[in-house]
Amino acid sequence: MSVSDTEKKPMQKSPSDIPAVKVQDVSITYRTTFERVPTFKSALVRFGRGERAVREVKAVQNVSFDVNHGTTIGIIGANGAGKSTLMRAVAGILPPTSGRIEVHGRVSTLLSLGVGFNAALSGKENVVLGGLAAGLSRKEIEARYEEIAEFAELGDFMEMPMRTYSSGMFSRLAFSVAVHMDPDILLIDEALSAGDASFKTKAAAKMSELVTNSRTMFLVSHAMSSVRELCNDCIWLHKGKLMMRGEPNEVIQAYTKFLQVGEAEAVSLEDL
Amino acid sequence: MNATSVDEEFNPSVHVYEPHKVGLPALRPYFKALWQRREFAAEMSRTNIRAANTNTFFGQVWLVLNPLLLAAVYYLLVDIIAGGSSKIDAGERFAHMCGGLFAFYYFSGAMTAGAASVVGGGKLLMNQSFPRMLLPLSAVRTAFFRFLPTLVVYLVIHLAMRQRLHWAMLLAPAFLIMLTVFAAGMGMIFAALQVYFRDTTSFLPYFVRIWLYLSPVLWFAEQAPAKFKGFIQYNPLYPLIGGWADLLVRGDIPKWQMWAGGGFWAIVAFVIGSLFFMSREREFVVRL
Repeated sequence: MSVSDTEKKPMQKSPSDIPAVKVQDVSITYRTTFERVPTFKSALVRFGRGERAVREVKAVQNVSFDVNHGTTIGIIGANGAGKSTLMRAVAGILPPTSGRIEVHGRVSTLLSLGVGFNAALSGKENVVLGGLAAGLSRKEIEARYEEIAEFAELGDFMEMPMRTYSSGMFSRLAFSVAVHMDPDILLIDEALSAGDASFKTKAAAKMSELVTNSRTMFLVSHAMSSVRELCNDCIWLHKGKLMMRGEPNEVIQAYTKFLQVGEAEAVSLEDL
Repeated sequence: MNATSVDEEFNPSVHVYEPHKVGLPALRPYFKALWQRREFAAEMSRTNIRAANTNTFFGQVWLVLNPLLLAAVYYLLVDIIAGGSSKIDAGERFAHMCGGLFAFYYFSGAMTAGAASVVGGGKLLMNQSFPRMLLPLSAVRTAFFRFLPTLVVYLVIHLAMRQRLHWAMLLAPAFLIMLTVFAAGMGMIFAALQVYFRDTTSFLPYFVRIWLYLSPVLWFAEQAPAKFKGFIQYNPLYPLIGGWADLLVRGDIPKWQMWAGGGFWAIVAFVIGSLFFMSREREFVVRL
């Protein structure tokens, strides 16, 4: 599961010199209500008291960076640093509150596990549904379905309702779908945490294959070793702010130092 | 999905995401993307129909069993418990009640499912970017296909009650289409409202129930209770279900006011619903 040094060359420029993803001074603020689920009653009560409903959560603050084609960029940071929010913004799911994001290419997402899967439907139906939602045609999905099923190694389970799946099977299918959507830009968020050892190896190999085909990949992970091995660029977010950008080794070092956790200990805690 | 540079929106190769101004997305690319992904809405509704009754003993038979039980319950309520008003045209009354009830339950089912589609589609919304309007529209499609077997049930009841077949019955689908458009519009309004006020879910069934009693379902349109006479024409379902039942049950071609009223309400609900939905949909993810 190691990637040769040639694949780790930092940031080959694409012919056109246009970055795959351009994030310019982006801030994302969630405006959430005080209560967990907004209700009419609490809105009335608030209205009576003349209070405002929103509490602002600044998930991402003034982050700017460019990512060139063919880069595998790791995004690290503590829980709640804004990593997933940033990924959702790049995928076009969350609108930025200010700033501008420019994406050149087709994005495929593997965000928090269970990508829109409906548990009552079979794995196969979910693959078709997910592909159609992503804007593929039925023919394109059929062409990819065999590969997806083979890669996920679920066998007969592909025809069974997904409520019968284990969490590992879920993540295997989700990963398989994401990488076979033929994306120009692949967003992966904590994808490998649930698969078993052999699937993790296979997934890592698939990812490095995508990287050699000069796909652009965003890898959000708490597993420093996989960031170190797969990525040739790295971003460290902390509480919504961009702390550092650079060589994975350097950034990881700074991050682990920041967390005041010894390198050795951090490695032993990882799951990949 | 909130690109302000118009032509790039939903374009597969270049996307620009900028803070959206309050208001509508660019309509042309929006509807283009909506049309491109119509297959997604269709597939979602197909799989939902397939998955809906897989755990039950009767399975898809429920599509026929539901309207039969519904007719039985209201027969008990109106003709037996309440004593029925007249025994003269009992067959026609019963056929009318069934035709009206089935249409009303189709409408309320489409509206309620459309309303629940956005909040219920949580994970899909969080992880995929697509025109959100596909969700309520898909729910309406589901309701429509679940309604089709009901039409056969009605036809059987119609014949069993010794009602005659009229050529005018063939015009009834026109009102069904208006009713569908109206339901889609209402579904979108409530879907967007439900994101902001979750209480809408609990409130909606009572709203629907009152609407049932205020509509010409359990009584003929022209026999509206005296109390309702003053304002009944403001009920959108008065022309929609009234016209439907007139054509279907008695083969009477409704007056032009019924046609105009039905078309008016359908278009108004759909336009307001879709504009409201589109202007809000980019905020849904943040609110879920």
